[in-house]
Amino acid sequence: MSAFASLLGRDMRLSVRVGGGALMGALFFLVVVSMIPFAIGPDLALLARIGPAILWLGALLASLLALDRLFATDYEDGSLDLLMMGSMPLELAVATKAIAHWITTGLPLVIIAPLLGLMLNVDLHSLGWLALTLAAGTPALTFLGLIGAALSVALRRGGLLLAVLVLPLTVPVLIFGVAATNVAIVGPAPFGPPFTILCALSLASLVLGPIAAAAVLRHGLE
Amino acid sequence: MPVIDLANPTRFLNVVNRVLLWLIAATLILFAIGLYRAMNAPDDYQQGATVKIMFLHVPAAWLGMFGWGLMSIAALGTLVWRHPLADVAGKAAAPIGAAFTFICLVTGSLWGRPTWGTYWVWDARLTSMLVLLLLYLGVLALYWTAEEPGRGARAAAVLSLVGAVNLPIIKFSVDWWNTLHQPASVFRMGGSSIDPALLTPLLIMALAFTLLFLTLHLAVMRNEILRRRVRSMRLLQSQKLAEASA
Repeated sequence: MSAFASLLGRDMRLSVRVGGGALMGALFFLVVVSMIPFAIGPDLALLARIGPAILWLGALLASLLALDRLFATDYEDGSLDLLMMGSMPLELAVATKAIAHWITTGLPLVIIAPLLGLMLNVDLHSLGWLALTLAAGTPALTFLGLIGAALSVALRRGGLLLAVLVLPLTVPVLIFGVAATNVAIVGPAPFGPPFTILCALSLASLVLGPIAAAAVLRHGLE
Repeated sequence: MPVIDLANPTRFLNVVNRVLLWLIAATLILFAIGLYRAMNAPDDYQQGATVKIMFLHVPAAWLGMFGWGLMSIAALGTLVWRHPLADVAGKAAAPIGAAFTFICLVTGSLWGRPTWGTYWVWDARLTSMLVLLLLYLGVLALYWTAEEPGRGARAAAVLSLVGAVNLPIIKFSVDWWNTLHQPASVFRMGGSSIDPALLTPLLIMALAFTLLFLTLHLAVMRNEILRRRVRSMRLLQSQKLAEASA
């Protein structure tokens, strides 16, 4: 447990320090979402209708772009080798890194989402629901992206490859995330089913992502 | 690559060289029978002659999915037994599966134009086939970017297994999202809902497509083994040259 806590603390400290880029994802999210109205025009009714979709797409892209450096810096300075040789199971170490990554890059997205929702004319009472669905769904994006991050460090190819590999896998998260948000804002269908499926997707990817990423690292970096 | 790993592929190559011609002949004969039967099949009372697209579309869809299944099995071989032949099988299946998925999408879209009035709709089945194609392209991109074949094969093997776990979830979520495509009609409880006059040519075509897949797969595997041998020969040669000049 202490290994878990110290790895979590280390990763979080590293990402808030210089060169860590913890808030870069949130900044990217803000920029992307503010670009959309320039493309489709300042029609508030239209923005309110497609608002949840824009916010989810923005969050998806922001969390993917931040994943690029998840293993790369550790690989460059050799600490990834130490993690792989250490007594902590690699799956757990990888999951810890992903959790730290979500806290530093995913959570800021959830926190600024209500503000962006306000700009997209989302109803004031629904902003809490919007943040809740993002909080339930963005861990799934991080844990699925973890596989892509491991693949790109094992092959020493980053950037676009990661997005090409991971984006198709996130289709279910996008569908149920937008569905839950839409239901929370407009109704009339019950909020429960899409939201619980979204939680289930996050939990399932919490299991699948670290196992697959650890397998990639073990097979790729020997 | 150690020389001993090539021992088994050599036996494999001998077998492939022996059966490939027969497989090609069988594929051609089955395609001739299947296409003849398909051309002479009666028109549908609603769809008219466009129903004949189904004879290409449905088998291509099956084999597009079959390709991913084959890749997943090969992935187990790669990760569990580290068998080089499994690497080759997985790598060979990816472009063929992608091509069949692409054929399925193109024929479906050509059929959709006269029937649904549009080339593309965001319907559940079309969308999940599109995601399957995107996943195939991702695996192909992974193979392109890997410098060393073994490393790329293991990375692609993990991705194939993750895709195999995710594809049912994608399928289910997309179904929930939107459905317009007709439900499954060949394999279902209470027998097929397709008339035998159309079903028989369809099954012959499915068999012909499967044989085509297997033939192509074996041929691509053979080429890949030979390509890897050329690669290791070149590496050995350049090593010798380097030693001679040193």
